[in-house]
Amino acid sequence: MPTQALDTFAAHLSADRQQAVRANVTRAHDRRTAILFDQLGDPDALRRAAGAIKQHVVENLDTLLPAAEARLQANGVQVHWASTPTEACAAVHGIMTARGATKAVKSKTMVSEEIELNPYLEARGIDVVETDLGEFIVQIDGDHPSHIIAPIVHKNRREIATSFERHGLGDYNDEPEVITRRARAHLRQKYLQADVGITGGNFLSVESGRLVLVTNEGNARFCLAATKCHIAIIGIEKLVPRDRDLGALLNLLARSATGQQITVYTEFVAGPHASGQVDGPEEMHVVLVDNGRTEALASDCREILRCIRCGACMNVCPVYRQASGHAYRSVYPGPVGAVLTPLLAGKQFPAYADLPKASSLCGACNEVCPVDIPIPDLLLRLRDRGKREGAPAAKVGTPPMGAWALLASQPTAWKAALAGGAVINHLPTKLLPIPALQSWTSTRTLPEWRGGHFRKWMKSRPQPQA
Amino acid sequence: MATCLCDAFFDDVARATVEVLEHLGCTVEFPEGQTCCGQPAFNSGDWPASRKVVRHTVRTFAGDAPVIVPSGSCAAMLFHGAPLEFESEPDLGDVAALGHRTWELADFIVNGLGVTTWPGRCDARVAFHRSCHSRGTPSGEAALQLLESITGMTVLPFGEADQCCGFGGTFSVGFPHISAAMGNLKLDHVRETQPDLLVSADMSCLMHMGGLAEKAGNPIPTRHFAQVLRDALTPA
Repeated sequence: MPTQALDTFAAHLSADRQQAVRANVTRAHDRRTAILFDQLGDPDALRRAAGAIKQHVVENLDTLLPAAEARLQANGVQVHWASTPTEACAAVHGIMTARGATKAVKSKTMVSEEIELNPYLEARGIDVVETDLGEFIVQIDGDHPSHIIAPIVHKNRREIATSFERHGLGDYNDEPEVITRRARAHLRQKYLQADVGITGGNFLSVESGRLVLVTNEGNARFCLAATKCHIAIIGIEKLVPRDRDLGALLNLLARSATGQQITVYTEFVAGPHASGQVDGPEEMHVVLVDNGRTEALASDCREILRCIRCGACMNVCPVYRQASGHAYRSVYPGPVGAVLTPLLAGKQFPAYADLPKASSLCGACNEVCPVDIPIPDLLLRLRDRGKREGAPAAKVGTPPMGAWALLASQPTAWKAALAGGAVINHLPTKLLPIPALQSWTSTRTLPEWRGGHFRKWMKSRPQPQA
Repeated sequence: MATCLCDAFFDDVARATVEVLEHLGCTVEFPEGQTCCGQPAFNSGDWPASRKVVRHTVRTFAGDAPVIVPSGSCAAMLFHGAPLEFESEPDLGDVAALGHRTWELADFIVNGLGVTTWPGRCDARVAFHRSCHSRGTPSGEAALQLLESITGMTVLPFGEADQCCGFGGTFSVGFPHISAAMGNLKLDHVRETQPDLLVSADMSCLMHMGGLAEKAGNPIPTRHFAQVLRDALTPA
């Protein structure tokens, strides 16, 4: 019987790759658990508080966004609004063109993957270089990130060494330290040659206009130190009301993402360099990207906009562990991606309506989410939507429920079916034209049908002494 | 509530549930009209079909008595899932009211009746699979507490216990490869501890894991939590 595309992808994933993904994300999950529960008294209370802060942002974007814009402008930052990926890319390109800039260095930003910024700029003659080590490897391989925090979680060091050799970064050597030193030497030159630094943004404080950037490699700060123009691209949901909200959120982000107390580098960028400051960009731009977020906000799944992109849900997700990130055919994989991708797809929703099905609804994602997003509930709502809209991708492998519902709301018919079902004990299940049964028995046995036995016992037994 | 799985396949689990409750002094009624909680269609995304079944369940279980279910998954459907799909329906109140008096069996025994130890004896080393629908509920702890109190019983810790077994309702047939891979991983962890029994409070998980093990020619003895309690009362 036809099975879901994501299942087929997982079935064809090489054992090497599957093991690499599973081992890496399991380790990240274990580190997360240790650092949250060993060090914080009640991490769940903190998760709920952080969720409330972000939900407040989601509910008040209409007033917080103009307030953020005003604050940014007061800080000397130029603000650009982009509804679509093309508008966002054009804004970045426009800023560069106005400065006569042709070379960009880029810190890791998932929203830039979303708007496909690199191909847009490259097609217009711009030299753009990823400076996060993982993203750099993705770039030289012409690959896509398979995890939002660990873009190359699907690769092993031998593959990376081969890529480096092919890209002219030295003879084959798969020592991690050698690989890192070569990337460092290569990227140093790129920073020095670059005209602009492009970053994302983890948070933007409405109160102060401070943009917060976290990295472990320090590449975001190099992007800012080496160039005269900083362009930050962020989703409109990245706001926090006050600087003090960052205490909880930064604490949870690093712990949830990588099991660190805090990331190695945490930048607070309040604007272009002030007069009297020697270093730092003389120009700073913030591009605020919608790209379907307003539609998500208007849906019954708006809680997903709380997401702070830690990746903890994919690390714990048993489906992600089996299938890997590329199985999700989107920038955002795993449980958060299974909700966000169909929502951000807008009119293309039906093309991604299978993703919400890619979950056993085990709830582990909700349990680890630093902003307590009820991901399983949102997956269920999107399943309902997929069915209502008749999306073919959602339907694959799902047994039709109409006849069952009829049966299950008529006790007489139900009891007759309980008795009649016993026939299955005497039939070769291989020959029965029931796709769900075929799929079930492909890897499992079916227990003996004993419909009606319990009811008979319940009726016929001697009544217990009162 | 016997659950549709016990109604169709696992009659002894429903029977054990009745016997356990009667041992505790409860009077058990079995509304004859009951069918299913509505979860299969709910999880499949066919909410209109699911609501039809939930409405039937609400009518069948009218009254004030607590509704006891030997399944964390069906119980969670009634107190969490059904209210979610009835959010914009006029009869949300009735659905929520049923949810409020619905209990998973272990939760009812420990937190409803206040019974925290179990008499009898069972000489067995068991692996207890905490089913995912008991996340965020007191059920997992309650079942563990009762099992550990049984004389002669050892509950064995095993690896990655918080990971799902891969059943997931219709997920198991729409994503058969991933579902089986998850189940086999769980079985590997369980087998490492060499248990006499694999125990869970959800027959759906056990049907999946037991079915995988049997199909692979390496069966594993499975037992529902209610059967373990019942059998402990009359040790062999």
